[in-house]
Amino acid sequence: MAKVMSGNEAIAYGAYLAGVRVASGYPGTPSTEILENLVHYPGICTEWATNEKVGFDVAVGAAYAGSRALVTMKHVGLNVAADSLFYAVYTGVPGGLVVVTADDPGMFSSQNEQDNRHYGRFAKLPVVEPSDSEEAKRFTMEAFAISERFDVPVLLRITTRIAHSSSPVETVDGKPPRSRRDAPPGGEEPSYRSEGYSFPRHPQKYVMVPANARLRHPVVEERLRQLAAFAEESPLNRIIPGGGDLGVVTCGVAYQYAREVFPDASFLKLGMVYPLPAQMIRTFAASVKRLLVVEELDPFLEEQIRLLGVEASGKEYFSLIDEYTPDRLRQKAAAAGLVPGLDLPPVVPAALPGRPPMLCPGCGHRGIFYVLHQLGAAVAGDIGCYTLGAAPPLSAMHTTGCMGAGIGVAHGIQRAGVKDKVVAVVGDSTFYHSGMPPLVNVLWNDAPVTVIVLDNLVTAMTGHQANPGSSATIRGQGFAIDLERMLRRMGFDLVDTVDPLDYEETMRVVKRHLDTARPSVVVARRPCALQARFRKPPYRIEPGACTDCGTCLKLGCVAVSRYGGNMAINRELCVGCGLCQAVCPQGAVYSEAGVGK
Amino acid sequence: MNRPEKIDFILAGVGGQGTILASDILTGVGFRSGFDVKKSEVHGMSQRGGSVESQVRWGREVFSPLVEKGRADFLVGFEMLEAARWPAYLAPGGVALVNRYRIFPPAVNTGQADYPPEGDIDRLIAARARLVWWIDASDAATALGHPAVAGVVLLGALSRFLPVAEDIWQEVVAELVPPRAVELNRRAFAAGRALDCPGS
Repeated sequence: MAKVMSGNEAIAYGAYLAGVRVASGYPGTPSTEILENLVHYPGICTEWATNEKVGFDVAVGAAYAGSRALVTMKHVGLNVAADSLFYAVYTGVPGGLVVVTADDPGMFSSQNEQDNRHYGRFAKLPVVEPSDSEEAKRFTMEAFAISERFDVPVLLRITTRIAHSSSPVETVDGKPPRSRRDAPPGGEEPSYRSEGYSFPRHPQKYVMVPANARLRHPVVEERLRQLAAFAEESPLNRIIPGGGDLGVVTCGVAYQYAREVFPDASFLKLGMVYPLPAQMIRTFAASVKRLLVVEELDPFLEEQIRLLGVEASGKEYFSLIDEYTPDRLRQKAAAAGLVPGLDLPPVVPAALPGRPPMLCPGCGHRGIFYVLHQLGAAVAGDIGCYTLGAAPPLSAMHTTGCMGAGIGVAHGIQRAGVKDKVVAVVGDSTFYHSGMPPLVNVLWNDAPVTVIVLDNLVTAMTGHQANPGSSATIRGQGFAIDLERMLRRMGFDLVDTVDPLDYEETMRVVKRHLDTARPSVVVARRPCALQARFRKPPYRIEPGACTDCGTCLKLGCVAVSRYGGNMAINRELCVGCGLCQAVCPQGAVYSEAGVGK
Repeated sequence: MNRPEKIDFILAGVGGQGTILASDILTGVGFRSGFDVKKSEVHGMSQRGGSVESQVRWGREVFSPLVEKGRADFLVGFEMLEAARWPAYLAPGGVALVNRYRIFPPAVNTGQADYPPEGDIDRLIAARARLVWWIDASDAATALGHPAVAGVVLLGALSRFLPVAEDIWQEVVAELVPPRAVELNRRAFAAGRALDCPGS
């Protein structure tokens, strides 16, 4: 039997079939749905962690204790977890540990398009890369086997087009896949505990003080040699003979595009992309007249193939930048004279207005960014839906780098000395992820920075995952941190909580914090408008009273538009938050519920 | 109808319009009728009211999860402006089905840009398509009981061109929509399938 699954669903299914017992990770597009699917399988302890490094360490501990363990994250999440990745390669993991890195060529939802295959070489561990959902399932299972056989974590590298594309997956009798809809989370008590298991005491292997680590480094190098020999026989690497002179070495989703663009070529499809099977590559190269390497992003395979002394071309034709598509690949291949181009009647390019993502109607973030825009503060931001506050017309975020960067950057701006009031904004999930160390640093060094925690009580952008402030875990109801109490216990004496859609109160409080020359925190709390299904009667604009001043348009709300000689509110989109009424200088906005001014 | 070697679809709309459900149905129908299938879509930032697109491929053996530019057999536009972004993906002689429905983007809301007129969009798509079928799917869906079933009305219309029995469509629709919406979606599909097609 087969079922159509996304790559992420297939990884969860493969991990379940492989008998994974503990799974952790942090939400990040395009990796999030792996754990969201896995939580519905029985007998697995699945948890969201506060960040990728924490999740990684949880998985390492589980693998030390003899369980198969999985940890999932997006590509930049592996940067957060990199310190742990390196020690785990030294110690090894008897229980089998698979680390999923979901890379994002094309940056659909990321700040960079780093190629995490490099981590294989850098941290010295095997990397496997599937090309469709069936392989995502099989390679996950095989990755656990490799991990246990070689006592090493295995990196399972996917990209957005593998994670979020769907294709048929063979299912196994007696272990049917379950979808998110089949079972409500939290029902049965997981049975992942291995009773009677005694944790192994083996300090020379697991305590990485220099004396022990020096003994482990030769093990790491010898293990890589053995893995390279294994790669020669692994079924993950295979040759697909073709009819022509051209040979293509490829991996991941690029393999699928290359099969379409070079239908007559022979293929060396690498499922294990590190370490490489040197002999297999030499044999393949000798069997064709010309060798091409087709890989998204960096010339990771190409450079290593050239180091083998094998002549190959790749990045001289194909781009280092952006994701590949069949047409991009065909264009480049046609320009290089490798294939004919498509002869198509032209489509006149039209200048069409764009449709960028926007803060939702009723979103609390809008209230904070409007106030910060009014006050002219210098704002260091962070990663989340609220990064949309950088876009016009709000334009109230001036730096965004990575998870947790904003508070430290604001601290540094203030220390360098600027005439601006300096603010950091951080979402609730980002705060628990990596906002707490820089916040303690602000307090410790007495930096007069105002930190605004945009608390919508959920990890919204990745699709509403629970976080430590949500009163829930991935399984359902659970503990919630009392944020304000924690901040006061840390030592902040100026902590205020506002409803960011209460314009006057928010303006008053934020102003007071900006005028205070000491570290302070504003908690702007409003449940996510999408999740809370907040809906009140819509507002209207009285045409006679509206002077077309455009103040309401500065909120950047899709429900408000300029229509004819004045403003109008779309009744279907408006959720009745009332922020436009609060900012209208003419008093022209009123609620259909009759509670307006 | 003869069974073609491959059929490629592009579904384009605005976040929240149901393009993902429609592409799940289309993928399920292709798979159940014996095709190899692949589907690709993008999650994340694009869901916050931005442009969204899904690509679905049916074939004897499908490699790429993405449709190649100039090779799509069908373009299904859930919103007029979003349909206008994709004609270059249509194969010469392809078919476009466009919901006659406008959602103004921010630049139009603020008066910085104009929403393109229907005639311009029609000409743009007709440069590639042999048929641009304008369908009042959102109006039909609202008349049936809920604007959210516009996508299933469009699938009903699309089904006219495809070598698949109606009961397979109805089975897959019933499996993928919420249980209490099955009847409404059945009627939406039937309404779309019963529309007068200008090309037939």
